Amino acid sequence: MITINDFSKSFTIHHLNQTREAVNGISFNVEKGEFLGIVGESGSGKSTILKSIYGTYKPTSGTVHYDSDIYGGVDLHDISDRSLIRLRTREIGYVSQFLKVMPRTTTLELVINSMLEMGTDIDTAAKTAEDTLRHFDIPKALWHNYPNTFSGGEKLRLNIACAVVKNPRLLLLDEPTASLDENSKLKVRETISKLIDNGTTLIGIFHDLEFMDGLCNKVYDMNTKTLEERVI
Amino acid sequence: MPANDDVVLSIRDLSKQFGRGCEYCSDENYELQKNMCPHCHTVYAVRNTSFDLYKGEILGIVGESGSGKSTLMKMLYFDQDATSGNYNLPEDLTVKGNVFNVSSQKKRQIRNEQLGMVYQNPILGLKMDFSSVTNIAEKLIASGNRNVGEMTDRADHFLEKVNIALNRKYEAPKNFSGGMQQRVQIAKALSNYPPILLLDEVTTGLDLSVQADVLELIKEIQRDMGVSMIVVSHDLAIIRMLCDRTMVMLDGEVIEHGITDQILEDPQHKYTQQLVYSIL
Repeated sequence: MITINDFSKSFTIHHLNQTREAVNGISFNVEKGEFLGIVGESGSGKSTILKSIYGTYKPTSGTVHYDSDIYGGVDLHDISDRSLIRLRTREIGYVSQFLKVMPRTTTLELVINSMLEMGTDIDTAAKTAEDTLRHFDIPKALWHNYPNTFSGGEKLRLNIACAVVKNPRLLLLDEPTASLDENSKLKVRETISKLIDNGTTLIGIFHDLEFMDGLCNKVYDMNTKTLEERVI
Repeated sequence: MPANDDVVLSIRDLSKQFGRGCEYCSDENYELQKNMCPHCHTVYAVRNTSFDLYKGEILGIVGESGSGKSTLMKMLYFDQDATSGNYNLPEDLTVKGNVFNVSSQKKRQIRNEQLGMVYQNPILGLKMDFSSVTNIAEKLIASGNRNVGEMTDRADHFLEKVNIALNRKYEAPKNFSGGMQQRVQIAKALSNYPPILLLDEVTTGLDLSVQADVLELIKEIQRDMGVSMIVVSHDLAIIRMLCDRTMVMLDGEVIEHGITDQILEDPQHKYTQQLVYSIL
């Protein structure tokens, strides 16, 4: 479903007159329904890869091929902005470590809005949003609060809720378990298992190697640039 | 692959110059001082700008003062004539080809039926001594509506939508706060259900809480009415919250464009990088 071929990314910093290489010569592929874990030390370029798949970063060289439901096979960096936005709304989800939201948008509205973007009707969106918030143990008392009052763990769970509520074909997870307690991690694990059962393809960055056990079919090590297949 | 689907507004090679130009600056490769010719002092406010606006999206335009953002908006709303360029509204079936070339009567019709404009300074968008209802009715009358009951109902509907208490609808906007005036402007701009809304620095000068009200309203309008918008701002936080795509302007030219997170997280141009590094 995703094939990364000889991918490199450098950042040019004009005021320092410098070019910094973030990743160089990365290649791997992920089939439909697989879960790829990306590991490596801080600064090895894990997030760069993920953001390049999402289209936030444009590669310096190489391709990111994606088999889309809407458009068929495409290079994610060779399609129009409009097409990429459509893919993000309908097919590709991204969970970052940080939650950035419109000011004065309540938790419930936030999850509902994620679904309305896709054209879901308001009743279905409201019902699904409530179910999702319940699943992630976000207490009903917080549903009408603004998320900037939440703890780090609550924000992260809400972030995941906003992404999974759209039922994406491909979900990108940037350290989804950082700052979560054991119980919340369990919830995330449960959700990921459910997504895998539904045929969702996942690519995730993890520091918590234990968390990946029994979930990932493949692990890509940024340090050795090797792809290891695992039997679950 | 659909690349040009759902285009509601299309601009090609749009330019605006103040001054007649000279033999030096008429050469495209001639280097201007910022956007001014050092010989004849002609100002090239907007140069060879091209872009498309898609149905239901919010397109952001950022840039420093004098970069040509407001001039561009004024040309789109026919407040100012373009020096050259093509302006198409593919969804408006009553007009074909370059909209800059149609009669002034037709331009007025397009302005009243296809476009809504919210200025940074409410004085430009509202008659300050007339009531809010009259201000809205003015736009409706201009587009041929003569039914007083219907116009009052429409005014009530949109004033309610922008949270202006209806018991103040006969008050003149000069008595209102800056945030309220801005909301009346938005109600007026929306009153004809235009498919395209132009917003020029609408939150500048408003306090944070009122700013949040206006942002909320803009998002709600996009979601509930499917209106396409062009938002000009120099506040990147607002651009990040609102806009699907963003264009960066410098000295009258578009130097960078892309999906908003691409511009903010992976800026390519030197000026865009400085802009992004300056976010508080």
